[in-house]
Amino acid sequence: MQTAASSMPAAGTETVRQYTTFHVDNLFFGVDVLKVQEVLRYQGMTRVPLAPPVVRGLINLRGQIVTAIDMRRRLKLEPRDDPSALMNIVVRFGEEAVSLLVDEIGDVLEVEADRFERRPDNVDAEIRDLIQGIYKLNERLLLVLDIGKTIAPVAGEVRGARK
Amino acid sequence: MDDIVKEFVVESHENLNQLDQDLVALEKAPGSPELMARIFRAIHTIKGVAGFLSFSKLEAVSHSGESLLAKLRDRKLSVNAEIISALLATSDVIRQMLNAVESAGNDGENDYGELVERLEALADAEHEFQAPAVETAPCETVPAPEPAVILGAIHATASGVEVRAEARAAPEAARAKASQVHPSHPDAKAKSAAEETESARGADADSEHEHPNTAGAIDANIRVNVSLLDRLMNLVGELVLARNQILQFSARTHDAGFLSTVQRLNLITTELQEGIMKTRMQPIGNVWSKFPRLVRDLAMLCGKQVRIEMEGEETELDKTLIEAIRDPLTHIVRNAIDHGIERPAERLAASKPAQGCLFLRAFHESGQVNIEISDDGGGINLERVRAKALERGLITHDQSAQMSDNEILNLIFSPGFSTAPKVTNVSGRGVGMDVVKTNIEKIGGTVDVQSQSGRGTTLKVRIPLTLAIIPALVVTCDGDRYAIPQVSLIELVRLEGEEVGKRIETIHGAPVYRLRGHLLPLVYLRQVLNLGGDWNPAADCQAAHIVVLQVGERQFGLVVDEVNDTEEIVVKPLGKQLKGIAAFAGATIMGDGKVALILDALGIAQLSGVLAESHEAARADDRHEGRAGDSRQRLLLFQAAGFERLAMPLSLVARLEEFSDAQIEHAAGRRVVQYRGRILPLVSLEKILGDAGTQRAPGAQSVQVVVIGQGERAIGIEVDHILDIVEERINAPRMSERPGLLGSAILGQRITDFLDVRAVIGEAGHNWLARDKSETVERARVLLVEHEAFSRELVRSYLEMAGHQVTEAPGR
Repeated sequence: MQTAASSMPAAGTETVRQYTTFHVDNLFFGVDVLKVQEVLRYQGMTRVPLAPPVVRGLINLRGQIVTAIDMRRRLKLEPRDDPSALMNIVVRFGEEAVSLLVDEIGDVLEVEADRFERRPDNVDAEIRDLIQGIYKLNERLLLVLDIGKTIAPVAGEVRGARK
Repeated sequence: MDDIVKEFVVESHENLNQLDQDLVALEKAPGSPELMARIFRAIHTIKGVAGFLSFSKLEAVSHSGESLLAKLRDRKLSVNAEIISALLATSDVIRQMLNAVESAGNDGENDYGELVERLEALADAEHEFQAPAVETAPCETVPAPEPAVILGAIHATASGVEVRAEARAAPEAARAKASQVHPSHPDAKAKSAAEETESARGADADSEHEHPNTAGAIDANIRVNVSLLDRLMNLVGELVLARNQILQFSARTHDAGFLSTVQRLNLITTELQEGIMKTRMQPIGNVWSKFPRLVRDLAMLCGKQVRIEMEGEETELDKTLIEAIRDPLTHIVRNAIDHGIERPAERLAASKPAQGCLFLRAFHESGQVNIEISDDGGGINLERVRAKALERGLITHDQSAQMSDNEILNLIFSPGFSTAPKVTNVSGRGVGMDVVKTNIEKIGGTVDVQSQSGRGTTLKVRIPLTLAIIPALVVTCDGDRYAIPQVSLIELVRLEGEEVGKRIETIHGAPVYRLRGHLLPLVYLRQVLNLGGDWNPAADCQAAHIVVLQVGERQFGLVVDEVNDTEEIVVKPLGKQLKGIAAFAGATIMGDGKVALILDALGIAQLSGVLAESHEAARADDRHEGRAGDSRQRLLLFQAAGFERLAMPLSLVARLEEFSDAQIEHAAGRRVVQYRGRILPLVSLEKILGDAGTQRAPGAQSVQVVVIGQGERAIGIEVDHILDIVEERINAPRMSERPGLLGSAILGQRITDFLDVRAVIGEAGHNWLARDKSETVERARVLLVEHEAFSRELVRSYLEMAGHQVTEAPGR
């Protein structure tokens, strides 16, 4: 992600952007609709021993092996008791496809660029890093997720790393 | 970047690679007009396109190179090492500029005036040229200018434009050139135009006469993006899995139309898979093509004379493997020149020709690619290797005294080992043969060294054809399946019930197993993978499956919950969140659509520390085995037909299988099973040995089968129980009169009967001596001379199994 884009995703060229929205706990997130490959119900997955805890497992997506990342763990929230209610949002980032496990899928929203604002400084630094910025919608706040940072390997969490 | 520029860069890189080879070849065969024409054409094309795309520096440099080449071609100059070096340097500079074009879009900031001057100085050294008689002769055979006069004229004007462009771009160089050139050639400009004409004619004639098929060849090939091929490969892998699932479904229906469609789908998929695999195959010559240049440069640097010879450049292997072996091979070649081949004076003193030879050979053998790199140098000095290994503390004095020459030789692959007395520019940069070995093993290959003092050294590298689809053993651990690539698999050991506690011993907490008398360090997969925290190996194991794995020359046992089956798997990479985990080499999709992780034997060994310091021990074991090897036999022990302890040579055994009763069918009145797409006849030993009374346990739902022979010749021998695989000396053998038995002998302090495998084959109704139509290997008639009847019979069964015709002679 470029830093310019992270502060102002709609820098003047377009005034309306589309976001696929989802819920994690009481947080309301959006990712650029063009980055979303598909949305799936919970899939059976293969766990990966020694992997960082945010990696929930591997999914077979029509022959493509996709890593599933538990957004609750990524955001340092309490995990759900019943994982089978979780939804997969498969996002493309570069050559890779990664699935984000979220509580609930929302609508695709069109938001106006002038409602965008930088992330406030009082949000926990680790979480703040994952947010590109915030749209102030009428009833609630839409947090724009930085996919690159969300799926980047978490430093120091890989057990059994290569020597 | 524009497509046209991109294409220019790609094409020029290819041309330059060829150019390097041709220049080195030209040095050896200075008179060759074909080489000359090809070199000239390569530089000329680069110059022309560079001019067209306004890369003026690039154009200027290639122009100077071309002018020098023109003099060579016209025999105004003779080829010498200095000129070739300057031309190779030109090729390097052009490469640099192409890289700049690729990354920055222009031909770079560097000023290559020095090189241009060097080229021009060489071109002007004309008056020093004294043509030797031999070299002038071919001059006369250069054909006089003919039809392409018009083309030449057009070209002459074109070259005029180019000269002006150059003058704008590098006025200084041009002026310098002018001042140097004019005194000797008042008509320099006309001359250069004439040269252009001739080069154009040469190129033209070349394409018309020498390669009448060029147009066809171009039409028959297209460039394809590698990522597209990778994607196709993935899709085909997916298709193979879908096909497998459909095949499973089809077994349950009897719809003839559906079944025949499935059959066709099956065949097409297999062919498609093979076809796609082929698209990724590249000749190894792609890697080797860099070596003549490398060898030349290194040899000059080291003051040596080396010629390179190649055989089997067309041998193909997967593109990813081509990339992976590039560095190891380059390192081996560097080593051969730096350490292997001696200086000319030393070679002459050893009555060898002053010029050393580096020989590269590649060929396919049993599904693998073999690459041999041999030099005819001084060979590896064993005493120096020994001394160095002692000095570095890699071995102890006691060990060194016991090690065979071959073992000493293989010490060069130990980490931190380098015999070069001083660090040279070429080798000894801390990247040793151990890295070469690790890199080759990473792709499932092996490397071996042979050396003869004073005669030279040969390195043999064996690598698989492809990495994309590999055979693997599927195991289960804590409810999940894992795939273990077959290349690292040696054998499987199963322990049941109390045996688990008894036969797995511990040394200060470290589990070991006595495998044929040697201690095999064990690793519990559960523990390595951190599964099931409070799991206790001693208490919780009902049965232990030990998968014996090989990493380099060392072995260890991986204890898993269950061993499932072997399968062909499609290797897929892991996402970047998981790339760092050493225990996994990738992932794959199983027949049921679930994902399974692929275990990395080396990574697991490192993670568990199982091979940390057992290196010496493994060597000691090898040595032990080596000494006793001659009189020992590897034997399979089993129970059948009421015999408590039967034995047969393990080398005859292809596989051990278990079939459920439901799988057993009848064909022509025989018990058969479907096995790997063929009908496998089963032979009951009761018929051959006579029923000794006991039947197999009444509750048993399955039979144990020993499969011998391959393909059409395979036979399954039904046995009651597999006991063990042992490596023992056969003591006090006695022949037996009983049909089906060779005889008896004492084996590990117990009397053991030896099965007569030939009698089993006879029972199965096979004629082993009949030639298989597909067989290409020449079957030999063998005269077997052995005075001991028992051994004679045993050897005879080996030979006949291999399809040879045996005539016995008792000897003495």
